[in-house]
Amino acid sequence: MTHHPYPLKTRFWTPGVVVLAVLMAAGAAAVVARFIGGIGYVSNLSTARPWGLWIGVDVASGVALAAGGFTTAFLAHIVGRHYFEPVVRPALLTAMLGYTFVVLGLLIDIGRSWAIWKPMIFWNFNSVLFEVAMCVMFYLNVLYIEFVPVVVEQFKGRMNLPGPLAALNGLAETLLGLADRILGKIMWIFIIAGVVLSCMHQSSLGSLMLVAPTKVHPLWYTPILPLLFLTSAIAVGYPMVVFETTLATTSLKLDGEMRVLSPLTRLTVYLLGLYMALKIGDMVVRGTYVHLLEGTAQTNAFLAEMILGVIVPWLMLLSERVRRNRRALFAACTMIVGGVLLNRINVFVVAYKPPVSESSYFPAVGEILITVGLISTLMFIYRFLVTHLPVLSAPAREVSS
Amino acid sequence: MKLTRRGFFKIAGATGAAAAASRSDPAAASPPPEDPYGCLVDLTRCIGCRKCEDACNRVNGLPPPERPFEDPTVLNRLRRPDERAFTVVNRYFPGQLDASNQLVPTFVKIQCMHCQEPACASACIVGALTKKENGTVHYDVTRCIGCRYCMVACPFEIPAYEYHDPITPRVMKCTFCFERISKEGGLPGCAEICPTEAITFGRRKTLLEVARKRIGENPARYLDRIYGEKEVGGTSWMYISAVPFEKLGFIDVPDKPTPKLAETIQHTLFSYLWSPIVLYGLLGGIMWTSRKNRPESEDEEGDRR
Repeated sequence: MTHHPYPLKTRFWTPGVVVLAVLMAAGAAAVVARFIGGIGYVSNLSTARPWGLWIGVDVASGVALAAGGFTTAFLAHIVGRHYFEPVVRPALLTAMLGYTFVVLGLLIDIGRSWAIWKPMIFWNFNSVLFEVAMCVMFYLNVLYIEFVPVVVEQFKGRMNLPGPLAALNGLAETLLGLADRILGKIMWIFIIAGVVLSCMHQSSLGSLMLVAPTKVHPLWYTPILPLLFLTSAIAVGYPMVVFETTLATTSLKLDGEMRVLSPLTRLTVYLLGLYMALKIGDMVVRGTYVHLLEGTAQTNAFLAEMILGVIVPWLMLLSERVRRNRRALFAACTMIVGGVLLNRINVFVVAYKPPVSESSYFPAVGEILITVGLISTLMFIYRFLVTHLPVLSAPAREVSS
Repeated sequence: MKLTRRGFFKIAGATGAAAAASRSDPAAASPPPEDPYGCLVDLTRCIGCRKCEDACNRVNGLPPPERPFEDPTVLNRLRRPDERAFTVVNRYFPGQLDASNQLVPTFVKIQCMHCQEPACASACIVGALTKKENGTVHYDVTRCIGCRYCMVACPFEIPAYEYHDPITPRVMKCTFCFERISKEGGLPGCAEICPTEAITFGRRKTLLEVARKRIGENPARYLDRIYGEKEVGGTSWMYISAVPFEKLGFIDVPDKPTPKLAETIQHTLFSYLWSPIVLYGLLGGIMWTSRKNRPESEDEEGDRR
C-alpha cells in the first residue's frame, strides 16, 4: 500500500457545504448576541448552573474527540507502525482544528474573553483548571508545529502569490525552506511532547469536577475520574479516526481505507475493554450500582452511556466480520464516539446537581446555535484544508457510470 | 527526523531541569489563617427586619432592590444571594406554634460563609480568589477571566455572576466588608446595623467560645451544634439555632474541605512535573528503540490483523 497524501482539488461548494455555511451564519448571529447582551442573553446559565452545553460539548468533548491526534501519532511515530501513516495527517488536522475550536468555545464561554491570557501570568498550582489551560495552550502550539510540514510540502518551491504580494514570494520560500530543514530534525521533540501534554490534560479534565463532591452524582464522582477520562480518551482515539475518515471518504467519494481502519480498531478492543473494566470495576468497588435502576434522568443517562456507548460497540468490535465491514465498523465506532461525547456531557452537565437550589438546566437556543455553529465551522475548514493541502491519501473511489 | 540517544537525553534533561526550576514548591497549598475574623449568627435572635440586607446594599454600592427593604412580603418567597444582593434573609416555618397557635418563624441570613479552606480559591485558575489572614475570602477582579469554576466549586452555591454584562462581568459575592474590617474597630455593614445583635463579629476562636457559652447556658433554647465549626473544614461565618439546621435550608456538607481530593491528586501527579518528565523519557526510549530496530520500513500490520 502506498501512502501518498495529496490535495483533493475537488469542487468545494457542494450542497453539504452550503448547509454548513448556513449553520455557521446562525451561530455567528448568536455569537454577536452574546457579545452585545452578555452570556445571560443567549444562555440558560445561572448561579447554580455556571457550566452548561459549552463546557460539556465545545470544551470537554472537543478535547476528548481530538484524541485521535495523539493516539495515532503515538502508534505511527513513537511505536513506529508506519502502516498507519495514512490516518495520521487527517487525525492531526482534526486534533488541530478541534483544539482551535476548544479555545474559540472558551472565548465565548468565559465572561472576560479579552483576559484569557491572564493564567499565563497568574498561576494557581492548586487549580486543576490551571493545569488544563496550560496543557491545552502548549498542545495547541505543538499541533500547529506538527502541521507545518503539511503546508511546507504543498507550497515549498511553488510560492506564487498574486499581484503585489508576489514580492513576498522570496521571503515565504526562505521561511518554508528554513522550516523544512529545522523541523525535520527536531520534530520528535514535539511528537513526544504532544503525547505527554495530551495524557496530562485529558486526565486532568476528569479531575475538574472532583472539586465539587457534593454536586456530582455518585455514579460519576470517583477518585479515578481522571484515569477514566484518560483511558476513555485513548479508547476513543481510533474510533474517532474511523468515524471521521468514513465520513470524509464517503462525502468526498474516496476509497474507504478499510485496510488501515480494520487493524486500527482491533487495538480498540483492548483499549475500550480497559476503560470498560475500570468503569465497571469502579462501580462495583464503590457499590454505586445501587443507583443504576433508580430511573431518574441521571441514572438513565449513565445506563445509555455505558450500554450504548461502551458495552454494545465493544461486543461488536470483538467480531472480525464487524471490523472488516465498512458499515458495521462505522456503526460501532459512531456508538463509541457518541458514548464518550455522552460521558463528557454527563460528567459536566447531567451529573451536576446543585444541592441547595436543585435547579434544572437545559441549553437555550442561543447556546445550541453557537455550539452547532462552531462544529459547522470546524467541518467547513476541514473540508477546505483537505481540498487544498495534502492531508488525505485515499485514492478516489471507482465510480461505475 | 533523526534521533540519537545522546541528543535525546541532552534535550530531555534540559527540559526537565527547566521545568523543575520554574516551580519552587508547587505542593504548598497555603494553610488556613490561624486567627481569622468571623461572624456568629444567632438564629434565635433574628427578627427578619432585613436591615442587614439594606446595609449590605449601601456599603457595597449595589443597585437598588426591585422592592424596598421594608416590604415584608419579599419574605414570602425563599431567595438566594445574587449579583445584586450579597446577602438575603429567608423566612422558614419549621412547625413550632406560639401561645396563640400561630406558626413561629425562623429567619436565616445567607451570605458567603468565608470558608477556612475555600473551594473557590482552590479552583480559581488565576488565584483571583484568596483566603486572607483576616478571614475574608477575597475576590480580585483584575485577575478574573470569568471561567466560573469558583461557582462550580462552591459547596454553598454562593458566587453569582453578572451574566448580562457582555465584556466585563464580575463574580459577585459577600466581601466580608474587607475594607471596613481591615480598619481598627471596623465592622461588616450587616453586623454593625443588626438591631438585635443576631450577628456577632469577632475572632473566630472567640466566637466559638461565645457560641458554646450561649448553648451551655441555655440548652433548652439552642441545639448543641454550631454550623460552620467543622463544615468543609470550618467557616468564618457560623450559626447557632433552636431549630434543626436541615429544616432551615442548610445543606449537609462533609467536614473535609471539598477541594482536598482534587488537590491531593493534582499534587501527587504533578509535583515538580515528575510524571510528565518520566512519561517523556519513557516515550523517548520507545521511539528511539523503534527507530533503531525498524529504520523507516513498512511493517506488515495489515496482514497480522
